[in-house]
Amino acid sequence: MSSRQPRIGVVQFPGSNDDRDALWALAALDAEAVPVWHADRALPDLDAVVLPGGFSYGDYLRCGAIARFSPAMSAVAEFADSGGLVLGICNGFQILCEAGLLPGVLRPNESLSFVCRDVRLRVDRTDTAFTARCAQDQELVIPVKHGEGCWFAGGDLYDELMARGQVVLRYAEPVNGSLNDVAGVVNERGNVMGLMPHPEHAVDPLLGSADGALILASLVDAARDRAPTTV
Amino acid sequence: MKATVLVRPKQGILDPQGDAVTNSLQHLGFAITDARVGRVIDLDLGDSDREQARASVERMCEQLLANPLIESYEIVLRDNGA
Repeated sequence: MSSRQPRIGVVQFPGSNDDRDALWALAALDAEAVPVWHADRALPDLDAVVLPGGFSYGDYLRCGAIARFSPAMSAVAEFADSGGLVLGICNGFQILCEAGLLPGVLRPNESLSFVCRDVRLRVDRTDTAFTARCAQDQELVIPVKHGEGCWFAGGDLYDELMARGQVVLRYAEPVNGSLNDVAGVVNERGNVMGLMPHPEHAVDPLLGSADGALILASLVDAARDRAPTTV
Repeated sequence: MKATVLVRPKQGILDPQGDAVTNSLQHLGFAITDARVGRVIDLDLGDSDREQARASVERMCEQLLANPLIESYEIVLRDNGA
């Protein structure tokens, strides 16, 4: 008995520009990577969904504010509501926050400068579908490239998230002014995650780091566990 | 009916754009202590009742035009031609 390759969709919005890297990285990690068009109202049969980085709808109004109303996002929200695995990277994280699928908001970087470099991250939680291959407190080197990555949660929200263990990744160095250096969070149920760094750009040592593969391969593992097995 | 929506960073929310503008104005010698930068959206609602227009624009603000986590909004309505 062997399980088939998990099918992972990558949603392509107008202005996405990391969709091809995400498709390539997922395929390199032994998933069947499937492009999904933003105008499609239904998702194909998938075991997980990735919302890629980029500048959907030109980042007009606020990053992710318009993409969240695209037809495919209604389907992604239903997929997440039914427990499906969803990973948002950079602009994908911004879209998930705007859609209310993840807590908080991503604001312009404190410096107002676009940040584009490798950064060090620390893994706060390894008991998630997205970080199971990491070690507790492991330091990862993964690139960021964003102008609006300053994550913020007002009022008591941050303390509530900490109490529920929803903060998964933190920057181990100053990057964008993010509240308490938060770089990645999960939803309460643990099936939706967003992060500003780009794991899909760090899956091969040739590109400077393969640490991103730990995150994407965790997702592939979790998606495989959910895929129906074939005899 | 026409509407102007003013979207502002909420009080107490870090506004790096406003800080940059504050610094630049002070650098130019203007005696200001603070600047906050928001966004203006002008809407043309065609022929519509004032109260219906206000309710409609409020829904637009809640759903799309402002992010209530970090932004407040103000709606100014005026009759066509005004």
